[in-house]
Formats: sequence, structure tokens, C-alpha cells
Amino acid sequence: MLPSPRRVAHIGCGAGFAGDRPDAAIALVAALAERDGPRYLFFELLAERTLAEAQLRRLEDPDLGYATHLFAFLAPILRPCLTHGIPIITNGGAANPVAAARRLRRELESQGLEARIACVLGDDLGEALDDTADWLPADCPREEIVSCNVYIGAEAVTEALLGGADIVIGGRLADPSMAVGALRHAHGWAADDWQHLAVATAAGHLLECGTQVTGGYFADAGRKAIPDPAHLGCPIAEVGSDASLVVTKTAGSGGCVTEQTVKEQLLYEVHDPAAYLTPDVTLDVSRASLETVGPDRVAIHGIQGHPAPATLKGNLGLRGLWFGEAGISYAGPGAVERARLAMDILRQRLDDRLPALRPHFDLIGVASLFNDGSGEWLADRLQDDPAVEDVRLRLGIVDRDREAVELALQELETLYLNGPAGGGGVRRQLGESLRTRSFLIARERVTPFVTWP
Amino acid sequence: MTPDVLLADFAHARAGDKGNTLNVAVFAFERRHYAWLERHLSEDAVAARFGHRHPTRVTRYCLPQLTGINFVIEGALEGGVNQSATLDRHGKSLSYLLLGMCLPSPGD
Repeated sequence: MLPSPRRVAHIGCGAGFAGDRPDAAIALVAALAERDGPRYLFFELLAERTLAEAQLRRLEDPDLGYATHLFAFLAPILRPCLTHGIPIITNGGAANPVAAARRLRRELESQGLEARIACVLGDDLGEALDDTADWLPADCPREEIVSCNVYIGAEAVTEALLGGADIVIGGRLADPSMAVGALRHAHGWAADDWQHLAVATAAGHLLECGTQVTGGYFADAGRKAIPDPAHLGCPIAEVGSDASLVVTKTAGSGGCVTEQTVKEQLLYEVHDPAAYLTPDVTLDVSRASLETVGPDRVAIHGIQGHPAPATLKGNLGLRGLWFGEAGISYAGPGAVERARLAMDILRQRLDDRLPALRPHFDLIGVASLFNDGSGEWLADRLQDDPAVEDVRLRLGIVDRDREAVELALQELETLYLNGPAGGGGVRRQLGESLRTRSFLIARERVTPFVTWP
Repeated sequence: MTPDVLLADFAHARAGDKGNTLNVAVFAFERRHYAWLERHLSEDAVAARFGHRHPTRVTRYCLPQLTGINFVIEGALEGGVNQSATLDRHGKSLSYLLLGMCLPSPGD
């Protein structure tokens, strides 16, 4: 018997976060449509905090709770994807995949289209927070919990695709699992085929942040050049039935795929490179190597897979914190000294009036991004007598006491009349700061499933 | 004595966050500089560079085939994306805190 011929599946990622460029996927779909073999498109639209925010929107309106811009991403590519048989997979259902599916049905109708929609559910344990929930962390009062979602794997995505889904909408699908679900569908890989699932997970991981692997979040003038950075192309992974993996991008687009761009993304948000835990497999990139196999084409070798962890990770979103920020700017002669005086005045006022708060001060232009809560980094930079003439004092506060935060921001605004000379441009904002806590839960206690709304 | 060099001229890096833990993966531009990178970027050196953020633990993972090192810096994000009062709550800019280090010249 002849060995079955090598098949290559093509997976594109049209968005790497909820705020990504909605138009980028249009060219990606056109590029996928020209390729032979199984093709898939996924959109990664969740982060630790976005899901908790989506739950709040759902609480206010049961028809909301999916990714805010989901339909800005989906609407332009529904027709070409359906025409060319390119299934779409997204976790942009966020806190409410079923409501997203309802809205999608209306969107399809308005475009005169029909599609088979699947929802992947079972990640949301918000209804399971009763006395049997012994996996809840200790310091998480029930009344503060707004969301409780577990990162779920590829199994239900594969099931939906096998069931003929054109569009799969999930909630907290783990980012790479969308690609793993597609590749298990394309190549028939089993749920315990650790080696193949590891390659699929590596593909998903490399693609899940969209253009971060094609030259986005990479350019550094003089050191790392990127061609046409205003028109970065979406990434495409070519994954063979023999577990070969090549990352490339939409033809004719800006950006580039090089060993450098791939390296940075391969380790992005990874801790131990030998044990990147996902719901599907334990991915081991510790012996991975890269090979440039063509223009904007990088092959990844040496990926290894180990059994999936016995537990799944979940995230709780909790209310109770408020985040306030305010700033005032100083420019011209003595700007740094005046901003510094403003900071000293503000610190004294807050110490006197709101001693329970822990204000964080930055001097934007001198020290902000690298700064720390106690101001050690800022104090060091000020010792160097920085030669800048345009700085902004920034106050940041996170606290449970909303009113106190509001008063602190008001204190910064009083620097208009009461502070050093020439301060301007006061802006302030105060909003709820959902906090998250992660937890582990035994795999058997979570049951992902597919519905056909 | 050879003057110190700026790490950013010899390596590139990207930062990522999970809760209050930061990881920074740093890669030598040239394979011949990897051993130099591994020699100078010890866990202690990186912990010192991030000292003002008071990390509770710094772990280094060496990836010679990728000419890179992954640093996992725990407790360095002032509480993490949802609890920090910093401007960059994810700590995404902190790759350049590492790249701003000055190291003895690799000599070639």
C-alpha cells in the first residue's frame, strides 16, 4: 500500500486582539482562497481582562457580552469565506457566544447568506459557583465575582468542524486551541497525539497575536527594519500532515516573516519553554530551531509534545477596585523642577487628606514606563539632572474606595491654581478596574460542548 | 579596558505578561554573540536590573538553538494588568529596560 500523500493545511489569523485592525483579514481571506487544501481562518479576540469586561456588558444586556468589534471583523469576510469553504473560528463570543450567534444570523441574512453556525460552550463556570466549587481561590468573595471562565481546548472545535460548521463561535477557547481544532479536523489527529498536537499548538501560538509574527510590535529604527509597516500582512501557517510547520504571511502585504520575528513570538508569554501548558498538550519548544525556507517563509523544527496537564486554568474576574489617573504638563525652562515641585505638593496634600491611598507618581519624559510604585527609578533618573523641557506629572491610583480616588484626582486638578507656574493640560479619568485571579481545576470537572443555534 | 556596549545593539527582545509575572525573551542578533549573552545575562544581573520592581524570583531558560534566553521575572508588574497603578500595566515596554543594560563588549 502506498503511503498517503502529504497534505498541507493553511491557517490564517485575522486578528490578534480585540482592538486589532478590522480590515486586515480581507486580504488574508483572498490569499487563503487561492491556496489548495484545507483552509481555515481564526480570530483571537480575548485577553485576561476583556472577558470579565464582556461579562459586565452581558449583565447589563443579555444580547451583549461578545467581543465589542466582533462584527467589524466578521462582516467583510463572511461572503468570501463561505464562497471558498474557509471555516471561521473565533473566541470572540467572549461571555455570550449564543448572543453572538444570534447577531451573526441577522448579519448573514442582511447579506443574503446562509451558514451553519456552531457555538462552543462549557467554559463559563459562572453558574457553578455553589458550595461544591472547592477549586475557588480563598480570597475571592462570591459577591465580587463577575466572571469565571476556564481555558478550554480544541476538542469541541474539531467536533463542530466535523459537524459541518462554517463558523465556530466560542468563549474562552484557549488561543492556540482554535488552530489545533482546525488542524485536528484537517489531518485527523487524535486527542492524545501529543507530537502532532504540539506542532499544531506551536502554529496556533505563533499566529494567535496576528501581525506580531509578521513584523508587528517589532520595528526599531536602525536595528530592526520592517518593510511597509503601515500595511502589515496577516500570518498564515502551513501545517503538513507530516507535522511540518512553515509560517508565512499574506502575499503582497507589508511587514516580513523572518527568524527574528518568529523567535520573538515563539517565546511570547511563555515561561518554561519545555512546558508551555495548554488544554490540549504540553508544548515543548526548548529544542526548537528555525530555518528560512524562502522569502517571508520560516520553518520551525524540533517541536516536541508531552501529555496535556491534568488540570485546566481558569480566570476569575472580580469587581471592587477603581483605577484613577490624572496628569498635568510643564514645558520650557525649569520644566522638570516645576513638575517635581508639583509632585511634592501633591504628595503632601494626599498624605494629609487621603493617607490610606497609595498614589503612584510618574514624570512622563523623565521616568514613567520603567518606574515603580515607590518611585525609586524616578528618583535615580532625577539625580542625572535630565535635560528635557517638556514633562508631564502623572498620578495613578488603584483602590477600593472610589470616592477617595476621585478626591485624589481632584487634588491634581487643583494644581492649576495652586501649583507651580505654567502647568497645563490636566486630564483625568476614573473607571472600574476589574481584577483577575487564576485558578486550576480538574479537567473532568469542565465539560465543553457544541450547540447549533 | 574595552568600553561597555548597549545590549540593544547586540540583541532584540519582547516582553509578555501573565498576572504579576513578566517574561522577557532576549535574542542575540548574531549567533556568535550568544555565548557572550549567556555569560553576562545571569539571573542575578537581570534581578539587579529590575531591582526597583522588587521581583520575588528571576528564572532563566537558555535556548542556544534560538540564540536566546527567556527570563521569567515574578512579582515585577506592580500587581499586574488589573491591579497596577502604572502607565504600562502589562509591562510591555520592559523589554527595553533589559535592552538598556550596558555590558562589557563582546570584542568582535
